[in-house]
Amino acid sequence: MANLRDIRRRIKSVKNTAQITRAMQLVAAAKMKKAQDQAMAGRDYSSQLNAVLSDISANFSDEVSHPLLQTREGNRELVLVISTDKGLCGPLNTNLAKKLRADTSDTADYVTVGRKLRIMLEKLGKKILADYSVKDPVPFADARAIAALLTKQFTEGNYDKVSIVYTRFVNTLTQVPEVKQLLPVLPPTQSDETGLIDGDSADSLFEPSVDEVLASILPLYVNFQVYQALLESRATEHSARMVAMKAATDNAKKFIKELTLEYNKVRQGAITAELLEITTAMKAME
Amino acid sequence: MSLHLEIVTPEKKIFSDTVENVYLPGADGEMGILPSHAGLVTALQPGELRYLHQGKIVTLAIGSGFAEISQTKAVVLTDMALGEAEIDENATEEAIKRAEEKLQTIDHSMDAEEVAYLQGVIAKQSAALRFKRKYQH
Repeated sequence: MANLRDIRRRIKSVKNTAQITRAMQLVAAAKMKKAQDQAMAGRDYSSQLNAVLSDISANFSDEVSHPLLQTREGNRELVLVISTDKGLCGPLNTNLAKKLRADTSDTADYVTVGRKLRIMLEKLGKKILADYSVKDPVPFADARAIAALLTKQFTEGNYDKVSIVYTRFVNTLTQVPEVKQLLPVLPPTQSDETGLIDGDSADSLFEPSVDEVLASILPLYVNFQVYQALLESRATEHSARMVAMKAATDNAKKFIKELTLEYNKVRQGAITAELLEITTAMKAME
Repeated sequence: MSLHLEIVTPEKKIFSDTVENVYLPGADGEMGILPSHAGLVTALQPGELRYLHQGKIVTLAIGSGFAEISQTKAVVLTDMALGEAEIDENATEEAIKRAEEKLQTIDHSMDAEEVAYLQGVIAKQSAALRFKRKYQH
């Protein structure tokens, strides 16, 4: 049987751990609320942007071309990987890594946000073109810088395809790793998004012209896709961390309860043994 | 026939309701939209947006962006949409100054995108400032 002091020490250490995980849970919960709100707010804009783009794409015929729409032969792929800087957020990064292996080409090069998967990719000996660290809450300027680099690599012909691997936020308990093609821009189809104009959209007017509208909407679209992916990843990180830390705190509490029971049993046993000794001693003296 | 107006910025949905009319600062000048307007997609420049909502004219300062108009719906996507009360004159002036200073320091031939972005910021903030001064009580 374990002795009293050992058990006491273990209870103390588990209590300390529980305190830390509880603090992390509270911090993550506070950040989670903000990050989730931001991600949800961004969705309105991005879905409207998709709708506008899909309506335009219904209009543009083959003669409208833009460097960002150009589909090229070849399979040199650049992948933007958005993971977390810190661990302790459950299976988030592992799932992301699985998705990455399954759905992107082996010969791809990478641009990374977040330390966790960057380290993994470095170990695998992949080529990492650039690494960004993004502040919390996500500033739009950071997304713009990343999008600028990706666009440049694509338009200069270094890569034929650019994808984003990130975790999409569904709700606090559910996060889905996802791969999204960024460039060349695939205009969202009407069925995905609720188009604003029904049927006869081919008659839409464009001001100043289709080309000019397209030339300003496409870079914005790319920037915004990156921004939204960053927001969603951030929201999932905090949600996953909060859930993981809550589970850890609950486990620690359960553990403390078990240990306390054990401790009391041992203590009771010791007292009984001592009493027994005293009574035996008294009997012997009589 | 009614016209449903939606104003959306990356941060939030500013407005979504039926309006009688809306005036937008289009790329080629101000345009008025009434219900049953022909389908139209237009770029917007920083300026002033007005709409008539339940008998009241509401004005907002908006940044650059897009508007898509169909017969029953007008969607405005912009990076800024502020009412008069929300614009802080001093802060806006500061922002313009900062952007101008930065514009001086960077190399224009090297960083075309950054230049375009900063010019965009200046145009947007200037529009906000003009708007504030116009409607200030």
